[in-house]
Amino acid sequence: MAERTVASFRSARVTARAPILREPLNVLALTIISGFAVCAIFAPLLAPYDPLAQTLGSRLEPPSAEHWLGTDQLGRDIASRLLYGARISLVIGVVVVALAGMFGTLVGLVAGYAGGLADEALMRLTEVFLAFPPLILAMAIAGALGPSLTNAIIAIAAVTWAVYARLARGQVLSLRRREYVEAARSIGASRTRVLVRHLLPNAIAPLLIQASFDMGAAIIAAAGLSFIGFGAQPPTPEWGVMISEGRNFISTQPWLSLFPGLAILFAVGAFNVLGDGLRDVLDPRLRR
Amino acid sequence: MRFLGFLLRRIVGIAAVMIGVSVITFAISHVIPADPAVAALGDHATDEQIAAFRAEYRLDRPLVEQYVTYANGILHGDLGRSIRTRRAVSDDLADSFPATIELSFTALLVSMLVGIPAGVWSAIYRGRPPDFIVRLLALAGGSIPVFWLGLIVIGLFYYQLGWFPGGGRLDTFVAPPPTRTGLYVVDSLIAGDLEALRSSLVHLVLPALTLGYFSTAVIARMTRSSMLEVLGQDYMRTARAKGLRERVIVVRHALRNALIPTITIIGLTFGSLLSGAVLTETIFSWPGLGRYATASAVSLDFPAVLGVTLLAAIVYPVANLVVDIAYYWLDPRIQRG
Repeated sequence: MAERTVASFRSARVTARAPILREPLNVLALTIISGFAVCAIFAPLLAPYDPLAQTLGSRLEPPSAEHWLGTDQLGRDIASRLLYGARISLVIGVVVVALAGMFGTLVGLVAGYAGGLADEALMRLTEVFLAFPPLILAMAIAGALGPSLTNAIIAIAAVTWAVYARLARGQVLSLRRREYVEAARSIGASRTRVLVRHLLPNAIAPLLIQASFDMGAAIIAAAGLSFIGFGAQPPTPEWGVMISEGRNFISTQPWLSLFPGLAILFAVGAFNVLGDGLRDVLDPRLRR
Repeated sequence: MRFLGFLLRRIVGIAAVMIGVSVITFAISHVIPADPAVAALGDHATDEQIAAFRAEYRLDRPLVEQYVTYANGILHGDLGRSIRTRRAVSDDLADSFPATIELSFTALLVSMLVGIPAGVWSAIYRGRPPDFIVRLLALAGGSIPVFWLGLIVIGLFYYQLGWFPGGGRLDTFVAPPPTRTGLYVVDSLIAGDLEALRSSLVHLVLPALTLGYFSTAVIARMTRSSMLEVLGQDYMRTARAKGLRERVIVVRHALRNALIPTITIIGLTFGSLLSGAVLTETIFSWPGLGRYATASAVSLDFPAVLGVTLLAAIVYPVANLVVDIAYYWLDPRIQRG
């Protein structure tokens, strides 16, 4: 009896701490993301070669003990370039989500809380941004600003924020009449305090879920922009650039494009699984 | 009458969005730090040539005046002149849009034909191997970069196996059918040109499968989750209790109800299809809007980029309007509400 109680206490504690870890697929996703994060942080220690060092004597070598994932058309070690690429892709994801998430959430909170004309104007603006196919608008912005990784990040953030605005506004509209918000207002809390201390923490769940999906979407979008020449530029070891550079060798040396593509697939897949997992945990109404 | 009111409200809404869209595309084109005149004429152009170019494209006028001219032109179907091709942008778009429509619609058709049955199958076998396979493929479809998938598919099915062509819309020695719609499959059917029909169909296979994988995944996921919800309803138990055959229960009772959210998703995937088309067309040398947009943006051809962006931004709300109309007819509750 006592044993059972201890066991159920223990399982209750585990459940309460990390319900997301109950699903094996979520554990796998978190492991993959942690793996990429470790690669990104410790790339200089882990990479066997300099990602930019050209060894023309060992061009286009297939995977071997010396070069685990082979070498590219300039004799650069693909594994080392992938490790440094993880750094770039994760930074892109984090910066895009931070910029778009903060700006969009601010717009949504203000629109939902202020109501009236401000709400109407801000939501029309949001609708306009949602009408653009993201990559085409991002391409136009990146093309206008000039091709570079920074401009690609700005472009992707510019096409991403509107979703957060809509989500945050929806949350505020459903929360603003709750008793605790009324109570805070009635004891004289300022608008900013009500927004930041009371509304935002309770509106955060769907925003976090969206952020996880957008980490993956931003990595794919940035790689896509780099692939067509509007993002990172060679010789930067960005995954989209690497796929683009391997394009002419797809029939003879497919590993040039294969490995960076797999890296994107696993990274984005992991963030998508995490997004699903977070939604199951944070928003039980949507659980299937 | 109520339907007309609903339609009118939606059309006014779309018009308002389009004004916003035109302002934004116009604003983007005017933050270009590089000079489009220099980009078009080269570094060795004289000051007179640059001035003449600016005058021709009205780049020397105040921004507000440029926008008013631009907006007025849009209303009259005039999107300006492409700096790169030296043709009217509307003519360029008219030439390349049908190729994108043909590709996107084929991709969407494939997505529905594969995604809906896959979702149903997955829901019926919930928690068993078929469900696991569909969910894994759907997860990969939502996470795979379309340009990479295109490359892998070309490497495998064109270079290695030689089953399908690796790019273009027709074989080199096949003449395009006389233009009626610009869709080669339809035009060659109208003309009775079987050689062009065969060639255009085999050229569609790889790009349509590549472009359609993402939307197939989204549709399969949506169909699965709405089927699971419907399968748990009381009326499903009633249908079983009545002794109906499983096939009738799944198709007539469950799927019909489960399809409503799926239709919404089909409308929403249109935007991602257009985004995906940019990359897919680049990979498969498909002479559509996406390839035109990429080539124009590279050469700082802002009237062309503006035109593509505007057209793409019209397609999305219009696709959603079509979905809403379909909804209105499909779901009597909306008509009454």
